[in-house]
Amino acid sequence: MIDTRKVLRHYIKSPTALFCTIIILSFGVLAIGADWIAPDNPYDLRTFSLSDRMKPPAWMRGGTLTFVLGTDDQGRDILSTIIYGLRTSFLVGFGVIALSTLVGSILGLIAGYFGRLIDTVICRIADIMLSFPAFLMALLLLGLLKWQGEMPVILAISAIFWVRYARVMRGNVLAEKAREYVDAARSLGAGNLRIIFSHLLPNVVSTLFVIAAVDLGMVIVLESTLSFLGVGMPLTTPSLGMMIASGYNYLYAGIWWVVLFPGLVLALLILAINLLGDWLRRELNPRIQ
Amino acid sequence: MLSYISGRILQSILVLIGVTIICFIMFQYMGDPALALAGMDATKEQLEEAARMLGLDRPLYEQYVRFLWRAVHGDFGISFMTKTPALKLVLKRMPATLELAGTAMIFATLIGGLVGVFAAVKPRFVASRLAMVGTLMGITLPTFFIGILSIYFFAILLGWLPPFGRGDVIGIGIWSTGLLTVSGLKHLILPALTLGMFQLSMSTRVIRGEMMEVLAEDYIRTARAKGLSVLMVTLRHALKNALIPFVTIAGLQLGQLIAFSIVTETVFQWPGMGNLLLMAIGQTDQPVVITYIMVIAFIFVFINLTVDLTYCLLNPRIAYD
Repeated sequence: MIDTRKVLRHYIKSPTALFCTIIILSFGVLAIGADWIAPDNPYDLRTFSLSDRMKPPAWMRGGTLTFVLGTDDQGRDILSTIIYGLRTSFLVGFGVIALSTLVGSILGLIAGYFGRLIDTVICRIADIMLSFPAFLMALLLLGLLKWQGEMPVILAISAIFWVRYARVMRGNVLAEKAREYVDAARSLGAGNLRIIFSHLLPNVVSTLFVIAAVDLGMVIVLESTLSFLGVGMPLTTPSLGMMIASGYNYLYAGIWWVVLFPGLVLALLILAINLLGDWLRRELNPRIQ
Repeated sequence: MLSYISGRILQSILVLIGVTIICFIMFQYMGDPALALAGMDATKEQLEEAARMLGLDRPLYEQYVRFLWRAVHGDFGISFMTKTPALKLVLKRMPATLELAGTAMIFATLIGGLVGVFAAVKPRFVASRLAMVGTLMGITLPTFFIGILSIYFFAILLGWLPPFGRGDVIGIGIWSTGLLTVSGLKHLILPALTLGMFQLSMSTRVIRGEMMEVLAEDYIRTARAKGLSVLMVTLRHALKNALIPFVTIAGLQLGQLIAFSIVTETVFQWPGMGNLLLMAIGQTDQPVVITYIMVIAFIFVFINLTVDLTYCLLNPRIAYD
């Protein structure tokens, strides 16, 4: 079990953890409040015009304060597009984590708790999934099915990411199941569900939490990569990866701001998530230290 | 151990059969293959002719057996785009991808190994700390962003290296190599470093972690107390033991590199398999996509099998069930 108060005490004393939290939270606030915070809605056709295309950032010659970070090839405000793109990143990130934790835990529980044939089937599938890179499978899935958008990307990535949760869950359940307290609970008349929910689950939560924290960064990178390649988000959905892809075409003309700003925001977000995930892993899993 | 090996081989074959079934279903039900082959403005007769040619009028299991039979014989259908055999298209692109992934792996292993050992032996040096921050960047930044940044700095601003393409290639039999020309090598540096950056950072961290763990062992202290030099202890006693986990992840890394070369090839317009795959996806050229999947599945199964068997030989202590 986790000593929550100890973790919190360490958390307050760790500048890295606090700094990362601030970054993630402020990006989160931007993403949630995009409709009110962003200067423009870059995907509302009425708000941008081609005559504003490729404006440099405000501090450069030719830049205006209307478009602080400049505009892209369609005349969209970069800052606004980044804010809306963050929303997509978070949506996909948390969507995948939620879905794959749920599905993975349930499958892992079933495999570990009931064993036999169903265990073998789930484990074999997991083995096969793990032998191919997640990125490749998601790309092929989306590319072959010709799906685009938030929901397809969430489904495609979750279809691969559930495996680790299932494995961890199964391993923990197997280990805990052999413990005496489970026998004791059973002899007191507790049913399967009660044993699972009040005895097995609390022991696994911290491990699942750590995996989820590490996965979140990976999922966000994955989404931006898929969108960069043109198989993730459709043109009508803001995405940092797609912004970078469209800006990349103009890089040779010396127009760097369409690529650099979304890239930096993406990098900062992932860095913060990864550092916080690392910190959590060390904190909740002292064996690795 | 023999039963373990045969079990692994059997499992690999099952995985490959599974992949063919998935590919077969994809091919049959994603879009209309007859229409794609005959073209949009085909007449009804032409459509039927195309359907007959593809065997679509036969029962499903017969189609699958035919599909499998032809796949075993290297026939994966005709590309809708270019009307040439899909396998030939994919195989023609393979040398470019393998050279890119192989070079990236050498970068990752050599540089990662050296930096990792150094950072473990001298953890307090400024250089070691900088290297660790660098590896954090390498793990954090998405591959495509690293690629674009390196193109912007080294190709556009500084003009040191070419921004895209593969340069001049020399054909040796069926293999076309860019490794033997100056322009080919110049074109290889940026994409290979970009592709290998993640793995390089990972190897550095893994090697450093393993080395630090080994260096803290008693037998290292004993070796030092015997009067052996630091270099000797580091290389002979510590590195040897730190390498075992490293060797096993190296094989898996190659697979990751081949997969992620899709991204790098797109950024650098590298004429490899990944580039072809994205083009085929964009054009709904199913035979090429499916051929790519089969080829890549074969490569992966082969790599995984080799890694498992190597591990089995390197580390006989493991009990196999």
